[in-house]
Amino acid sequence: MADGGFGRLIGRKRHLLGIAGLEPRAVAGVLDLAETYISLARKGGARDVLRGRTVLNLFFETSTRTRTSFELAGKRLGADVITMSPSGSAMAKGESLLDTATTLNAMAIDVLVVRHDQAGTAALLAQKVDASVINAGDGAHEHPTQALVDALTIRRRRGRLAGLTVAICGDVLHSRVARSNVRLLTMMGSRVRLCAPPTLLPAGAAEWGVEVFTDLRAALRDADVVMMLRLQRERMSRAFVPSAREYFRFYGLSPDKLALAKPDALVMHPGPMNRGVEIDSSVADDLAHSVIEEQVEMGVAVRMAVLDLLVRDLRRNA
Amino acid sequence: MKTLFRDVRLLDPATGRDGPGSLLVVDGRIAALDPADPPSDAAVIEGAGLCLCPGLVDLRVGLREPGEEHKESLATLAARAAAGGVTTLVALPDTAPPLDQPALVEFVSRRAASFGSLTVLPMGAATKGCAGRELAEMGLLREAGAVAFSDGRRAIAEARTMRLALAYAAAFGAMVVQHPEEPSLVAGAVATEGLFASSLGLPAAPAAAEAILVARDIRLAELTGGHVHFSPVSTGEALTLIRDAKARGVRVTCDTAPPYFDLNETAIGEWRTYARLSPPLRSEADRLAVLAALADGTIDAIGSDHQPQDTDAKRLPFALAEPGGVGVETLLAVTLSTVHNGHLGLLDAIALLTSRPAALLGLEAGRLVPGAPADLCLFDLDRGWQIRADDLIGPSRNTPFDGRAVQGRVVGTWKAGVRVFG
Repeated sequence: MADGGFGRLIGRKRHLLGIAGLEPRAVAGVLDLAETYISLARKGGARDVLRGRTVLNLFFETSTRTRTSFELAGKRLGADVITMSPSGSAMAKGESLLDTATTLNAMAIDVLVVRHDQAGTAALLAQKVDASVINAGDGAHEHPTQALVDALTIRRRRGRLAGLTVAICGDVLHSRVARSNVRLLTMMGSRVRLCAPPTLLPAGAAEWGVEVFTDLRAALRDADVVMMLRLQRERMSRAFVPSAREYFRFYGLSPDKLALAKPDALVMHPGPMNRGVEIDSSVADDLAHSVIEEQVEMGVAVRMAVLDLLVRDLRRNA
Repeated sequence: MKTLFRDVRLLDPATGRDGPGSLLVVDGRIAALDPADPPSDAAVIEGAGLCLCPGLVDLRVGLREPGEEHKESLATLAARAAAGGVTTLVALPDTAPPLDQPALVEFVSRRAASFGSLTVLPMGAATKGCAGRELAEMGLLREAGAVAFSDGRRAIAEARTMRLALAYAAAFGAMVVQHPEEPSLVAGAVATEGLFASSLGLPAAPAAAEAILVARDIRLAELTGGHVHFSPVSTGEALTLIRDAKARGVRVTCDTAPPYFDLNETAIGEWRTYARLSPPLRSEADRLAVLAALADGTIDAIGSDHQPQDTDAKRLPFALAEPGGVGVETLLAVTLSTVHNGHLGLLDAIALLTSRPAALLGLEAGRLVPGAPADLCLFDLDRGWQIRADDLIGPSRNTPFDGRAVQGRVVGTWKAGVRVFG
C-alpha cells in the first residue's frame, strides 16, 4: 500500500489475495467507500464505474451468498458478470488450473473472483492471469472480503473496531474466515479471542496476537461481538469432535451462554448456519443481538467497493 | 591408461589426509599417492591447488525409471550425477513398478552401468509392491544386487511388518531403510504444524510424527537385532533418540538431506511448491539440531534425496503438488555451506558424502587408497555461484535451492579413471 494503490501488486495488476499485506489505512478506506455504496446496493440503479468491464466468478467450491453478492456487486456497478462453477467448466473434465488461466487470458477478463478448496490458489492464479484477482476463499487460508464485511457490520453498529472484544468461536482450524478476521481485527485494534475444542485449534494460534480459549463460557464473558463459525459436517466424520450433540452442548451458542457476553453483544455468522450445531435458532433469529442478515446486506456493498478500487487501478495503469 | 593428478589438495576422510599432493591412476584404479617417479606416459591433470576427493556416494536418490521416464531417465540421472561429482548412488526402490523382483534390480543397475559414468546400487523393496504388508523376497533381491531394503518414500507402517523386515533382513546382512514419519499422523499433511503453516492455512502434521516412529523402530531394532536406518531425518527430537540409541549399542544409523540443514519452513514463502518436500521443511530449531547432529557424528551420511518432479506435478496449489526436490547436482555445493559457515570441518563434510555412506554399505568406493576404483571428484572449494533452476539439467528442475548463492563447485568427475564431467 505504500505505493498508494489498493491490494497486492503482482506484475502489473493489483489483487486482493488476503487481509495480510493490507494496511489499516487501506482497510478503513475500503470500509468508508463501502458505506457510500450501501443504499445503492439496496436499491440497485445506475452506476457505471465498471461499465465495459468483465468480472468472472470462478467458483470451484459451492457458494451461495459470496457468489451471489459478487454477481450483484458487479452488476450494480455496470459490469458484465459471468459465473462459472466446476461442474459446468472444462476443469471438471480435467483441465488444469493453469490451462484455465491461459483460457481466461485469451478472454480478456478484467477481474477474476476465485474460490477454491486449496490454500494458495488465488495467489497462484494471480501469477498467471492478466486479470485482477479477488480471493473469495482459498482452502483454510483467507477470505478477505468476508472479513471486510464483518468489519463494516461491526463498525456500523458500534462506530469503531478499536478496543472491542471479539470472540471468534468454532472450527478455527479449518476456517479461512477466522484467519482473515484475526488479521483484520487485530490490525484495527480489537481484542480478539479464539475459542474451539482443542482438536479444532490451529497450532501456534496463540502467537497470532489473540487470546485462546477452549471453554466457550470463558471466551464469551463480556464480549462485544460473538462470531460463530460453521462446523462442516465432514469434520465430524473425521472425528475432530465426537458428535453434533456434544459439540452443541459445549461449543454451540445458546441463550444462556450468550447471556455471559455484554448485554448488547452482536452475534455474527458468516453462513451458512448449522442450526442446532454451532448456534441455537433462537439466538440466530434474535434481532436484539443477531446481525447475521445485515452481514449479508453489507456483503454486496463491500464487494462493490473492492471491485471499484481494483478497477480504478486498472484504469490508472491502462 | 594412466592419469596423473598433479598439484591437488588431496582429501581422503578415511585416512584423515588433507594436504597437497599428487595421485596416479592406472587402468581405472588408484595406483599410488604422491608417486616419487610418475610414469612419463601418464596424461597429466594440473590441479592448481583444487581439491581432489573420492567420487561422491549419494545414499538417497529417487529413480523415475522405470515408470516415470518423462520426469527423469537413468541416462539423465547419470548426466546429473556426473555434473554433481557423484559416482555411486543408492537408489530407492519405489519406482513403477517397485523394485520387488530380482530382474528389476538387475535391470536398474545394468542399465545405469551402461552409461559408464555411474554406479547405481538399488535398494530392494522391503515389502511386496512397497505396500507395507508382505515381505518381499529379500534373499533373492540381495543376490540380484540389492544393497538394502526399504519401502522408499512410504514408511513401513505396521509394527509387526517392521519387526519381521528387520529380523529377516539381518539374516542377509542388510539394513532396513525407514522413511521416518508416522503415517496416520501425517496423512494429508503438507507442512510442519506450527504458526507458519497455520497462517498459510496448510494441512500440517506435528514434527513429533518423526520421533514417534523413530522411537518405535529403535525398539524394534533392539528386539530383533536388526539394523534400522532412518532416511532422511529432519528433527532434533528424533536425532536425540538416535544419539541415545547409538550410545546404548543399538544398530541404528541415519542420514539427512541438504534441505533439512540449509532451509527451514519459511522457504515455502508464499506457496513455493519446489519447497514442498517429504518430510516437510521444519522449524529453525530443528534445522540447527540437524547441523549439530552432523557435527557430532550422530548423522552418518548426507544423501541428496533427489526427487525429480516435472512442472505438471509442481505448478499446482501447494497441497496438490507432488513432494520432493532435485538435489544430485547441488549436493556438494550445499553441503560445503556447512564448511564455509564453520559448522563442519572440510574432511568431516566430505566424509558424510563419501567414506561414511560407503562404510555403511561395505563399498570399496569412497576412499583414496591404492587399489580403490579411481572414482574421483575435483572441485574448487571457494568458487561462488548461484543455483538457478533453469540452469539445471532437465526435464525436472524442481530445486528448493533456486536462487541460493553457494560456494564450491565441481570442476571434474572421473569414473574408473575416465573423465565423465568437466
